[in-house]
Amino acid sequence: MVEARNGRPLLLLLAVGGAILLVPVLNRLVPEGSPFHLEDRLVPRFGKYLAYAVLAVALDLVWGRAGILSLGHGAFFALGGYAMGMYLMRQIGPRGVYAHPVLPDFMVFLNWQELPWYWYGFDRFPFALLMVVLVPGTLAFLFGWLAFRSRVSGVYLSIITQALTFALMLAFFRNDMGFGGNNGLTDFKDILGFPITSPDTRLALYLATGVLLLVALAIAVHLRRSPLGRLLVAIRDGEARARFLGHDTLRAKLFVWTLSAVLAGLAGALYVPQVGIINPSEFSPAASIEIAIWVAVGGRDTILGPVLGAFLVNGLKTWLTGAAPELWLFVLGGLFVAVTLVLPNGIVGLAAALRGRPKRPAAAEPAVGGAEVARG
Amino acid sequence: MAEISRKLPGGRVLEPHILLYLDGVTVSFDGFKALDSLSLVLEEGELRTIIGPNGAGKTTMMDVITGKTRPDAGTVLFRGGIDLLALDETAIARLGIGRKFQKPTVFDRLTVEENLELATQGGWGLGRLLLGRLEGEGRERVERTLETVGLAELRGEEAGRLSHGQRQWLEIGMLLVQEPRLVLLDEPVAGMSDAETAKTAELIRSLEGRHTLVVVEHDMHFVRELGAKVTVLHEGRVLAEGPVEAVQADPAVVEVYLGRS
Repeated sequence: MVEARNGRPLLLLLAVGGAILLVPVLNRLVPEGSPFHLEDRLVPRFGKYLAYAVLAVALDLVWGRAGILSLGHGAFFALGGYAMGMYLMRQIGPRGVYAHPVLPDFMVFLNWQELPWYWYGFDRFPFALLMVVLVPGTLAFLFGWLAFRSRVSGVYLSIITQALTFALMLAFFRNDMGFGGNNGLTDFKDILGFPITSPDTRLALYLATGVLLLVALAIAVHLRRSPLGRLLVAIRDGEARARFLGHDTLRAKLFVWTLSAVLAGLAGALYVPQVGIINPSEFSPAASIEIAIWVAVGGRDTILGPVLGAFLVNGLKTWLTGAAPELWLFVLGGLFVAVTLVLPNGIVGLAAALRGRPKRPAAAEPAVGGAEVARG
Repeated sequence: MAEISRKLPGGRVLEPHILLYLDGVTVSFDGFKALDSLSLVLEEGELRTIIGPNGAGKTTMMDVITGKTRPDAGTVLFRGGIDLLALDETAIARLGIGRKFQKPTVFDRLTVEENLELATQGGWGLGRLLLGRLEGEGRERVERTLETVGLAELRGEEAGRLSHGQRQWLEIGMLLVQEPRLVLLDEPVAGMSDAETAKTAELIRSLEGRHTLVVVEHDMHFVRELGAKVTVLHEGRVLAEGPVEAVQADPAVVEVYLGRS
């Protein structure tokens, strides 16, 4: 809110765009051997962080702005990822271990004779892209409609989003679901005809993710300036009152919820070709809770906060799971407790406070649960 | 407007200038009569103060008018012939009956102006909320209301930073900007300083004639400052009605209400 009030969001978008370009510049323009050169193998890692940043921006749209704390956004991310993974599996064609002309390896191994109907069409990229948007979007719309219509909010909503992602995880673990079970989808060969592991393809995927992040941020900037953005704040701080002013709060929530799920799905679709695998662990409840921690660390209801949080927490995770893997979960938990107690507005809130513009706490409510305070 | 001359039970005819008509309204909670055959008539453009000791039925009366509570018996008519008892809360609010609750419910994280805009945009569709802006007549209403409630200079301030009195005025503004036919104010000066109370009285008096207002109040000093027609409630009935001075001099009123304070 601080940034938007000062009318500087365009500058922020430019700054993020410039930061995104650092990776190609350090990778391609700085000669190998220079201490500032970025190795090819690190490009997909930053691409992965960018996809996480999009996911964090998506969650902040519903959590920071509208007060709907989803602890199941990993599900929408993973569904988008699976849709892309199915396209990449079909691109393998006869080059699999078992060299079946159509069936992916795991189906051959399970002695399946033909392709299940829901794998049809995924050999075509436009169809896969459509599914990347439609599957998470439709699920979110139905789920949101049922939950918001019954006026489920606060911790109760958070808990059922956890249940949603947990149920999907159990389903995707099953071999007979036809999504590769425990192992998920992997051994991808190429995307749109380009070899998926070549440095050029990886840089292109990185840049595509960067563009998606800028689009997500532009949506966030526009939303907070629009009347709808104010209505969402009003819903967050007193939904009953907003309804009493004549606003259809169900429709507003459903819109931003579905939009957020679609962004999460797109992020998942760009994540999968860069990490080379999608499996049911992406649906795990803990994975979804981590997303909320990124947003909390960076700062809720800010433009830059979710991006910073996603990069910092995941950078820390990459380093720590290498240096001292047994410590990571303790650090993560400690981080969440510390941010909740000491930095309710995250890093961005701290920065604003240090610049001498004290920000009041986001709301008189605990970070978890962050929901409707019914008034009046 | 054919419904205006609707016949009332008893064969009387409702005059066109009557905005709100309550007759024989009774509400009981577990045998306790919160309203006991209450009757009240409000004229278009009138400013009316309702006083009475705790439990006299002031808030219950507001609840009946806004559709929050259904009476056991009685008639409640609006703008001539509209039967409010047949409508729910939302429908009654859409007819133009606005209510300010005791506790201020402005949105702290939005500015004064944004609060008023949000109140003006009630009923906007999703596309308009996403891509539209407040212009024309609605924009003018926001500007006018900012002047009326005296918050024009604080338009860019977050509502959470306002004083208690300013928050109450903003909330009155959020009602006025929706241009209601009838405004119900529940204890608008509770917790205000003397200066704020005086300013609120001035604000409410300035609305007389433009809006029909019902003010429920405890504070006799404030009631005198408003100088409007007063209805005294006691045990769910109208005990006295008339100008402030006459009501204050009424021995029955002194006995049950003024005598005690």
